Amino acid sequence: MTEISAAPRVIPDRLTSPLARALRSWEALLVVVAVAVFAINSFASPYFLNAWNLSDATFNFTEKAMIAFAMAMLIIAGEIDLSVASIIALASTAMGIAMTAGFDTPALVAVGIGTGVLCGALNGVFVARLGLPSIVVTIGTMSLFRGISTIVLGDEAFTNYPDSFAWFGQGYVWWVFSFELVLFAVLAVVFFVLLHRTNFGRSVYAIGNNPTAALFSGIRVNRVRFILFLLTGLMSGIAAVCLTSRLGSTRPSIATGMELEVVTMVVLGGVNILGGSGRIMGVVLAAIIMGLVTFGFGLLNVPGIVMSIFLGLLLISVIAVPRLLAKVRK
Amino acid sequence: MSILRKALTTAALATALIATGAHAETKRIALVVKALGIGFFEAANKGAEEAAKELGDVEIIYTGPTDTTAEGQIEVINSLIAQGVDAIAISANDPDAVAPALQKAMERGITVISWDSGVAKEGRQMHLNPSSSALIGNTIIKLAADHMTEKGDVAILSATSTSTNQNVWIEEATKVLPNYPNVNLVATVYGDDLADKSYREAQGLIQTYPNLKAIIAPTTVGILAASQAVTDAGKIGQINVTGLGLPSEMAGAVESGATISFAIWNPIDLGYAATMLAYNISNGAKAEPGAEIPMGRMGAAKLDDNNEAAMSDPFTYDKSNIEQFKSIF
Repeated sequence: MTEISAAPRVIPDRLTSPLARALRSWEALLVVVAVAVFAINSFASPYFLNAWNLSDATFNFTEKAMIAFAMAMLIIAGEIDLSVASIIALASTAMGIAMTAGFDTPALVAVGIGTGVLCGALNGVFVARLGLPSIVVTIGTMSLFRGISTIVLGDEAFTNYPDSFAWFGQGYVWWVFSFELVLFAVLAVVFFVLLHRTNFGRSVYAIGNNPTAALFSGIRVNRVRFILFLLTGLMSGIAAVCLTSRLGSTRPSIATGMELEVVTMVVLGGVNILGGSGRIMGVVLAAIIMGLVTFGFGLLNVPGIVMSIFLGLLLISVIAVPRLLAKVRK
Repeated sequence: MSILRKALTTAALATALIATGAHAETKRIALVVKALGIGFFEAANKGAEEAAKELGDVEIIYTGPTDTTAEGQIEVINSLIAQGVDAIAISANDPDAVAPALQKAMERGITVISWDSGVAKEGRQMHLNPSSSALIGNTIIKLAADHMTEKGDVAILSATSTSTNQNVWIEEATKVLPNYPNVNLVATVYGDDLADKSYREAQGLIQTYPNLKAIIAPTTVGILAASQAVTDAGKIGQINVTGLGLPSEMAGAVESGATISFAIWNPIDLGYAATMLAYNISNGAKAEPGAEIPMGRMGAAKLDDNNEAAMSDPFTYDKSNIEQFKSIF
């Protein structure tokens, strides 16, 4: 022990204690922001603290968050997928076609998810097999997927989804807990385990930090990349099922602009946009914060554009503040 | 004695005040638009505020998403449900996608009507159309006839030959032709709602029919192109271009005289009427086929089998009011 030995040198087991590290982490900052937003909302509007209202508010972020989990892993690996909203449009259109052909709910869900996986596979082939940059590929497929949907539908819409199909976007598992909210929670756990507790997750970080080094350490880099695009497609397909069910209809304009909100969620969650770092917990918190902010502002009837400005400022400040602090410390 | 009397009157007065206080609880009516920052809807809000002022106990919540998306409108609807507003009057971005959210609103006791751009039948209690096909068909012929002193040729410049709206209006217009003996309808041509094609079709009409007195274009693209063609051909004063147009685009043509008058729905009236209807239905008026629901200075809305109603004739714009409206929409 230090009292007995006179030696002044101490070599600690860890550089900082886990508790101190947790307190100084990005997630801690997000928890503080979430609590602050929650508290401010509770004071600002008498309608905020109501179980059903809060339950309604979760629909503002659940679908986006599902995609954000997969997107977070993709961005950590140094790639990006901007076609996710268009995948939703195409998957929803495919479900509409299946519905018109007389298929029932289970088949519709399979078609939606299957279309999502196929779209993800296409992105994956372009990036992992042909070695094209993901931002270029997915900007292309963004137009491609929504374009197909627009050609099929024009200014028409698919509307007559079966009643049982409505459960995915409008149903409740128990009390105020909607199916979407429960699915969000389950997926959060699944992605937490996948990213933080498996070899696959470690290889994602390795690729994001240095793909060449990862390759030489025996990681099948392109296979991991392909799987990540497949996962993003899968999640977009699941989100398409939920959104289509919630809207009860399909139009080619469905989910327009959602890709940017998903990326915002991921970056706000503390994932480095250049790859290599980030955690699922951060994305979960960012999703909740974005949902609470939108809902709180909605309750006060703040115009949407002010909300966008606020989210933009929030995003810039949470990214800028830590870097500025680091510079000041130097 | 006098003290007792005083106490009694005070008590009576207090009771009366409390009673009126409970009565005077303001109705909160949400005017949900396709997106904020659009002149047409800002004007509708003016009309809604006018109705609120007239009714006295109404608070208007003017709201809508930033972009014209159904998802954005659903977020807005959810927050309105949470606030427990009394009524929602919506111009929908998508007739089907907003229906489930609006159904939820109705289940929680909120009055829901749509106006301008309708919602599927199951998602609202009634829909207010700015006008009806019959009224529009009659108006466009009347606009031409009003400025014709003798019998003359009249031609229609439409959008595409498959445009549902325009075809119905033209069909209604031909039905009322016997009422306007001066109007001799000679041709219907299609500019496909393209500025250059509409311009060429209008030129063709001017050359083919030397006795042409008026061109009717029931489309905002067509009327603008036709007035330009008439101006370029130096036929101002001989050929009157009329139909359906936007005041902001048509201000120049009205100034130059190429267009004496044209029509389109008045957004102020529309916002006013929607607010009146939402207020009256929320106060117990039954929205059912055949019902007549009052809408203040705009008369009464008569509901058809789909619980839809037409507000009025399209509003006519000319030199007297174009200045006021051209900055609105």
